Amino acid sequence: MAEHRRSPEDPTRRRFLGYLLAAPTLAVGVTWADAALGADEAEASIPSLPQPEDLFDLGDLQNLAALPTSGLISVQVDEDGTASFALHRTEVGQGITTAVAMMIAEELDLPIDKVRITLADARPELLMNQLTGGSNSVRSIFTPVRTASALARQQLVRTAAARWDVPEDEVATRDGVLSHRSGKSATYGSLAKVAASDRTVQVSVSLKAVEDFRVLGKPQNRIDALDIVTGRKRFGMDIQVPGAKPCMVRRPPTINGTVRAVRNADAVKAMPGITDVAVIRYGVAVRGETFGQCVDGLRALDVDWNPGTVDGESDATVLAKLRKARLPLAVPPLGALSVEAEFTFAFASNAPLEPDNAIADVRPDRAEIWSTLKVPIDARQDIARQDIARQLGLPVDKVVVHVVTGGGSFGRHLFHDVAAEAAEISQKMGKPVKLSWSRTDDFRQGRAHPMCVSRVRATHLLGNVLTYEQRHTSSETSFSHGLGEMITSTAAELPIAGNYTFAQTIFLLSQSVPYNFGVVTQLLNEIPLKFNTGSMRNIYSPNVVCAQELVVDKLAAKLGKDPVAFRREFLKDDRLRAVMEEVVVEGRWGRPLPKGVAQGIGLHAEYRGAVAVLVEVDCRPETVNRPISDGVTGPRVTKATIVIDAGLPLNPRGLEAQMIGGLNDGIALALTSSLHIKDGIPLEGSWDNYFYTRQWNTPPDVRVVVLPPTTGTPSGAGEIAVAPSFAAVACAYARATGTTPTTFPINHGELGFEPFPLQPSTPASPTNGLDSAF
Amino acid sequence: MSQHTFVLNGSRVTVEVADDVRLLWVLRDILGVTGPKYGCGLNVCKSCTSHINGKAFNPCSVPVSKIKESDEITTIEGLPATVGRDLHPMQEAWLEEDVSQCGYCQPGQIMAAVALVRKTKAEGRQITDADLDGLRNICRCGTYSRIRTAIRKGADRM
Ligand code: FES
Ligand code: FES
Repeated sequence: MAEHRRSPEDPTRRRFLGYLLAAPTLAVGVTWADAALGADEAEASIPSLPQPEDLFDLGDLQNLAALPTSGLISVQVDEDGTASFALHRTEVGQGITTAVAMMIAEELDLPIDKVRITLADARPELLMNQLTGGSNSVRSIFTPVRTASALARQQLVRTAAARWDVPEDEVATRDGVLSHRSGKSATYGSLAKVAASDRTVQVSVSLKAVEDFRVLGKPQNRIDALDIVTGRKRFGMDIQVPGAKPCMVRRPPTINGTVRAVRNADAVKAMPGITDVAVIRYGVAVRGETFGQCVDGLRALDVDWNPGTVDGESDATVLAKLRKARLPLAVPPLGALSVEAEFTFAFASNAPLEPDNAIADVRPDRAEIWSTLKVPIDARQDIARQDIARQLGLPVDKVVVHVVTGGGSFGRHLFHDVAAEAAEISQKMGKPVKLSWSRTDDFRQGRAHPMCVSRVRATHLLGNVLTYEQRHTSSETSFSHGLGEMITSTAAELPIAGNYTFAQTIFLLSQSVPYNFGVVTQLLNEIPLKFNTGSMRNIYSPNVVCAQELVVDKLAAKLGKDPVAFRREFLKDDRLRAVMEEVVVEGRWGRPLPKGVAQGIGLHAEYRGAVAVLVEVDCRPETVNRPISDGVTGPRVTKATIVIDAGLPLNPRGLEAQMIGGLNDGIALALTSSLHIKDGIPLEGSWDNYFYTRQWNTPPDVRVVVLPPTTGTPSGAGEIAVAPSFAAVACAYARATGTTPTTFPINHGELGFEPFPLQPSTPASPTNGLDSAF
Repeated sequence: MSQHTFVLNGSRVTVEVADDVRLLWVLRDILGVTGPKYGCGLNVCKSCTSHINGKAFNPCSVPVSKIKESDEITTIEGLPATVGRDLHPMQEAWLEEDVSQCGYCQPGQIMAAVALVRKTKAEGRQITDADLDGLRNICRCGTYSRIRTAIRKGADRM
């Protein structure tokens, strides 16, 4: 039998602390504070501007200093030989549960199918660590989860060694089995009870070296894949809570309008299947036996509305306000020696495919909520619970919040609008409800990435770029979900000077120009408009980077250089340089293409990773005008190559998936998907109005290259591909057509659909579905 | 209220519900069959895609009264049984290609893919890029490339 002992402990290797917990079977715990410290030390050699997620860690350390063991995350080994871990993050499709299972399997020497991951309920003591956003999940979990798993393995080894009376370093572990060369062996399950501790004691352990990884770094399929393809995976909408009947809401004709009067509530309540009707903050809720009957009920309501918060606003009025609010550029234009450009980015929806939904069971003395929440916990309070408790007039500890697996997020689930609304309805009706927004609600009343304008001026002389100024002006993005308070409260520690708002802080920390362009300034200004906004996958970067890369191409053209040759000359980031060189080869930069078809390149470093995207866009009329019923065609991205340096890639297969997803988001933002605001509301009401990338828009030829490890730390992956993909498509389009677009998406100018009426707020479902069977 | 009888995943079922309630809600809210997902209720997103007598259709846009007693409705839950196995070859291809991200669209994607392959096979031809371009199912996580690869792989084994 092969020897699987680990190399003898190297006394100079860093040790990580944790606890053996008093429990019936083996359980270990690790505090975030200890583990985060370890992570910081390990990362000390990578110079990069701290990004928001690092700052959260900083804040956590301060908060956790006073809490020696209360913020534990724990791994348990059970008698059936499995290890369980309750993840304090939510899974919304980015494969976080798979990555964590891999970490546990790695350090515990356990097959991955013996690792059980569940989603933890809201846990106030975990503070900001229970937040899935900013692509920080995998990075911030990496050290603590491995530490807990390594401690569990160490305790199993100690237990076996004592039983067999052999030295610990002669006990090997593999696939959930402990063994000794004498032939003795035991499964983890058989020792789970014996290895348990009867009191909580502190212990330390060192972690596997990257070279010894057998699970991490290898392609791993999603652990929830079988449940998904068989339809067994339960999303929020699929959960059954006794008495929680379907519920939908009739909504106002403008954003955040309110109810003035309902004329026929009783008649609607008497409709077939309808059980309750209640006026709520932004509409009238209807509860019934089926969602279909709720739709019929809400459509039958006769309601008078009060105005909303942005009634007079349309695309043009918002744009005019943005233009007025632009911060001045400081360097005077120098005629032929400057490149100037201004780009407008339309409102975009962050709606996932699963409509916002939540189950609420509010009783006079307690409440229970089920919803997909990325921030069940605030830094100082539990926002979702606290807000809902405050709204309901209940003590916080009487409100239980369950985190449910989500059908996508893209920023939407950073907020708890739907959970709060479900609670309001349940309280008013005095019954449990399963609330779903309709698709049309999601687009028209749900949160959106706000319209913004990015103005850039670069000056150059004798082949050098002297200045690069970017002024980004945006309709306000709401961060009122806990990140805001966290950042503001640690503002004194931030490595930026001055008195910035939270949004400006996020902007400064997440943006940087990766080129040697002399004096660089990037500033953000926001105008306060009361749209329902929130960050969307990759927040500001897609817009800012798209504008930047288009200007880089313009500068290259002005200096008579090829876009890649120019970037090679001016790039200051070595990791970006490496991914660019790889993409140039893999994607065959400069290969001959017919007229009307062109390549474009986009580069972006963020979340401690670097990505290069090279696409080919076909803008020939026969492609642009290809017929698809009720679908936007337009230019087609025919080929895409993406290269990622993910620092320490934990799951190349998962990374590849995130790159493909980010690519399709970038294509949508560049070419097809936006919200058209008219008289206080978006016109979009379905996926045939809001044109996210479809099969007829996606490139038939996509290739992703994940570079071998370059650092010891996994980078973020969920968002990083969006910005460079958007930029690459925009640059390719400009080169194929000879015109740099100034408004995105490029088709925003014409409305490609007939909008649904604004009232009733949810359209009736068609009845002719059998006609389109195939 | 009236009674509606049809065959669901191989078993005869009878439900009591108003005629115009769309089949999706009969499946999900009354019968508790949650594989078909609600993504729009407008016959657009296709996340509710299921089969009627072997053909892909969208139950969110069909009133239950239009379903005949002899109609066989198959949802993702009943797909493997149509080939007498634990998993349909298309589901296996989906697993091998690790297609799913959030997974919300995937039951509908698989049901649409199976119908598309049946259709092209009946026409005696291979799946083309144009066939794949014609699939309307939304995947907001953007898994399209892997879907395309998986459909071709699944088709080879069907
Ligand atoms: S829910 Fe049936 S097509 Fe969207
Ligand atoms: S996997 Fe999330 S919508 Fe397709």
